[in-house]
Amino acid sequence: MAYESYVLVCGGTACCSSGGTTVVETFKKELEAAGLKDKVQVVVTGCLGFCEQGPIVKILPQGTFYVQVKPEDVKEIVAEHLVKGRVVQRLCYDPEQAKKLVAEANIPFYQKQYRIVLRNCGIIDPEKIEDYIARDGYKAIEKVLFEMTPEQVVEEILKSGLRGRGGAGFPTGMKWKFAQQQPKGQKYMVCNADEGDPGAYMDRSTLEGDPHSILEAMTIAGYAIGASKGFIYIRAEYPLAIERLQIAIKQAHELGLLGEDILGSGFSFDIELRFGAGAFVCGEETALLQSIEGNRGMPKPRPPFPAVKGLWGRPTVINNVETLANIPVIINKGADWFNKIGTATTKGTKVFALTGKVNNSGLIEVPMGTTLREIIFDIGGGIRGGHQFKAAQTGGPSGGIIPPQFLDTPIDYESLAKIGSIMGSGGLIVMDETDCVVDVARFYLDFTVDESCGKCAPCRIGGRKLLNYLKKITDGRGTEQDIKDMQAICDAMNKASLCGLGQTASNPVRSTLRYFMDEYMEHIKDKKCRAGKCTKLIQYKIDPAKCKGCTLCARKCPANAITGTVKQPHVIDPAKCIKCGQCELNCKFGAISHG
Amino acid sequence: MAKLTLADLRKMREEKQQAMEMRDASNKDVQVIVGMGTCGIAAGAKDTFTALVNAINEKGLTNVLIRQTGCMGLCHSEPTVEVVVPGMPTVIYGNVDAATAKSLVEKHIVGHQLIDDKILDRPSIDIIKNA
Amino acid sequence: MSKELEKMTPELRAFIEEWKAKPGNLIMVLHRVQQTYGYIPREIAIETSEILGVPLAKIYGVITFYNFFRLRKAGKYNIQVCLGTACYLRGGDDVLKEFEKQLGVGLNATTPDGMFSVEAVRCLGCCGLAPVAVVNGEVHGKLSTKDVENIIAKYCAEG
Ligand SMILES: Cc1cc2nc3c(=O)[nH]c(=O)nc-3n(C[C@H](O)[C@H](O)[C@H](O)COP(=O)(O)O)c2cc1C
Ligand code: SF4
Ligand code: SF4
Ligand code: SF4
Ligand code: FES
Ligand code: FES
Ligand code: FES
Repeated sequence: MAYESYVLVCGGTACCSSGGTTVVETFKKELEAAGLKDKVQVVVTGCLGFCEQGPIVKILPQGTFYVQVKPEDVKEIVAEHLVKGRVVQRLCYDPEQAKKLVAEANIPFYQKQYRIVLRNCGIIDPEKIEDYIARDGYKAIEKVLFEMTPEQVVEEILKSGLRGRGGAGFPTGMKWKFAQQQPKGQKYMVCNADEGDPGAYMDRSTLEGDPHSILEAMTIAGYAIGASKGFIYIRAEYPLAIERLQIAIKQAHELGLLGEDILGSGFSFDIELRFGAGAFVCGEETALLQSIEGNRGMPKPRPPFPAVKGLWGRPTVINNVETLANIPVIINKGADWFNKIGTATTKGTKVFALTGKVNNSGLIEVPMGTTLREIIFDIGGGIRGGHQFKAAQTGGPSGGIIPPQFLDTPIDYESLAKIGSIMGSGGLIVMDETDCVVDVARFYLDFTVDESCGKCAPCRIGGRKLLNYLKKITDGRGTEQDIKDMQAICDAMNKASLCGLGQTASNPVRSTLRYFMDEYMEHIKDKKCRAGKCTKLIQYKIDPAKCKGCTLCARKCPANAITGTVKQPHVIDPAKCIKCGQCELNCKFGAISHG
Repeated sequence: MAKLTLADLRKMREEKQQAMEMRDASNKDVQVIVGMGTCGIAAGAKDTFTALVNAINEKGLTNVLIRQTGCMGLCHSEPTVEVVVPGMPTVIYGNVDAATAKSLVEKHIVGHQLIDDKILDRPSIDIIKNA
Repeated sequence: MSKELEKMTPELRAFIEEWKAKPGNLIMVLHRVQQTYGYIPREIAIETSEILGVPLAKIYGVITFYNFFRLRKAGKYNIQVCLGTACYLRGGDDVLKEFEKQLGVGLNATTPDGMFSVEAVRCLGCCGLAPVAVVNGEVHGKLSTKDVENIIAKYCAEG
């Protein structure tokens, strides 16, 4: 016995709190009344990724998507949709808004995500080349090798408007053009899979889920710029991605899709893997080339740019994994298809690793121009545990912190730069009121100081000083003069550092100073951390009204900081307290709190 | 495998596409697809995989093909499993531990019922199929 | 503790010979050395220097530049606690401190019995499970300080 239809009612946190549970009950009742109990199954689901519009109801097999469904609406859905087969227009999500995002690209009106880069991830078996081929894989290489000149390929990529997803957003077509215009001879195509941003894993998932798309894209790039050799520089910390790439390279060789005379076209191209070894600076392109050459990964001044003088002094194009994953689709569907997606200055989609204090952390891909609010509150399902949104961080250690007033900014390279952050490679970390922005700035500085290669003074010395100031402030020893000094150091590092690491390392500090000066001041003047994260600033207090004088806390305190007599309110001596939190944990009367 | 010519590649694509349309040549019309990226595996996808295989064998089902795939993007609910049964809507289940894997075989594949509390939406349309 | 000298395995020697002619081979060779021994033993570094014809100083220059390479053996169970951003925000640092406290060792150190070593790493790529720790490749996700004791006990029991 099979059902004819299924009513999926979202049982995610957001939908439940807006009345989803009653909707389920009502459906069951109404279906029974309509005599459809055995024909229609009511199913409660996990979050359907549209929480702002909840409760959500989806009817299968048609896939109709109803939003803000109230118990009163259920009768109508049953009578109209399930009995008569007519969609209840009034409850459908307004299609106009979604249409604006992806003109003509055939996006179902309710879905916020649009997967170009991740088109095969979660669909194909990454270890089977036939799976990739069946989904238009290696079709772009056919077209390129047999129907297009290298110049035409570069033109197409230029026209698509594709910009580098590794961080800086440099137009990919331009980069290829520079390399193409260099005199003939040995050239190299390098894929940057170093993905150093701590808390981001877009490139890893792409390589694990769809390795052949990168091989195909690199071959296309090699043809366009006149390179016969490619390298993928990948983190050694990604064993599964490495394994799947190795399998993919072997399969492509066996079928003649890599190696000599590909598909009988006369064009030859080969790809080798090179492993990174845990140095963030090696994501920077000149340092990366040093590392492939087997040296310490120290950046070099540019110019000369790698496109002119790169690996072993030869013209070299370096592209990020996500940038490359777009290439076969652009060739197959055409530049005009691609450049309709996105905003005026930034075409296509962006993959984000959405993490931190959101309900649904995951790997998402959205058209450029999507707002942070849609990402965090719809796709991300809002903030965990009923907390408040405080800020989002993009661009990792090189990026900035975005406060709530910019939640409705449509995301692209320019709009993010304007509000003091960067697109970055795609880490998107959400913070709530229990996170301290000063502490977060310190966290990132800690990272960049650790990872600075030490070649130039502004980054080596400036970073260290900046970190010391931040430690001073989070320890409660900061002064107002420190803020001024920090601003000066930020400017100096930004202007005088040799490579992108030092130039951008101050961004987390700058953006927090810009938007959260009041919190810095609280740390400095009131010796207070409102998030309760900076442990040295925490004060434990006993509420005399709640304290029963049970003496438990005094016995538990390792620092003997609590005094009092039995059945009398106890007190904590802040000078002795080491902020271990044991007292609060143990008090059975909730008399102890910290702030 | 021998090196392909252009014609071979096109033929291979067509054949494989057809095979995918008709599900599988070997009469396996039910497909179970397990997300096996790093995070899926970390969340226990290998145990899920084993539990699925065991449950399918226990039920003596011969028409089920189990395979792996990469990240579906639903990392918050790993392990994730997609189930394709003819005549039923294709759905993705999240948080599929060994116990859920078992009931997935019993209720969904054998009993043709969807399971409560675990279904998630595929996050985006497929741009390859919906050209 | 007296230390036995490591011997270069035939597989490793063959690998180095194979890569010898390729430009930029050093880092790939060092990866292989570490894969073989779990660290880069000094005697092997010397031998590698001889085979490749690369000065020992350059080899050590490279080893010390990259965090991934280690000069000392890790514990039988190497506990890597993630301190990437997602894990940090969800309390990864507390988990790390708890491991250090319970094992009585500092960061990047090994317990006297050679059983455990503790390391901090940046993003293991499963931020959805934050905070995360990996012990010899086995991932433990959604940790709190309360889980630390059980994890240690589990590996102690395995011996
Ligand atoms: C400190 C630093 C780290 C970087 N890390 C990465 C990285 O992990 N992955 C990446 O693709 N690009 C990274 N970049 C950017 C690269 O230098 C380069 O711009 C990029 O790989 C070019 O590819 P695209 O044009 O396709 O974006 C980094 C840059 C800097 C300054
Ligand atoms: S800015 Fe920092 S990482 Fe870059 S070259 Fe200078 S010291 Fe090295
Ligand atoms: S444990 Fe609580 S109730 Fe008991 S003495 Fe301490 S503060 Fe008072
Ligand atoms: S936080 Fe720790 S040290 Fe401070 S009073 Fe409470 S138990 Fe004592
Ligand atoms: S909770 Fe229902 S759509 Fe997210
Ligand atoms: S890596 Fe598992 S769904 Fe993302
Ligand atoms: S930040 Fe810890 S796994 Fe990514």
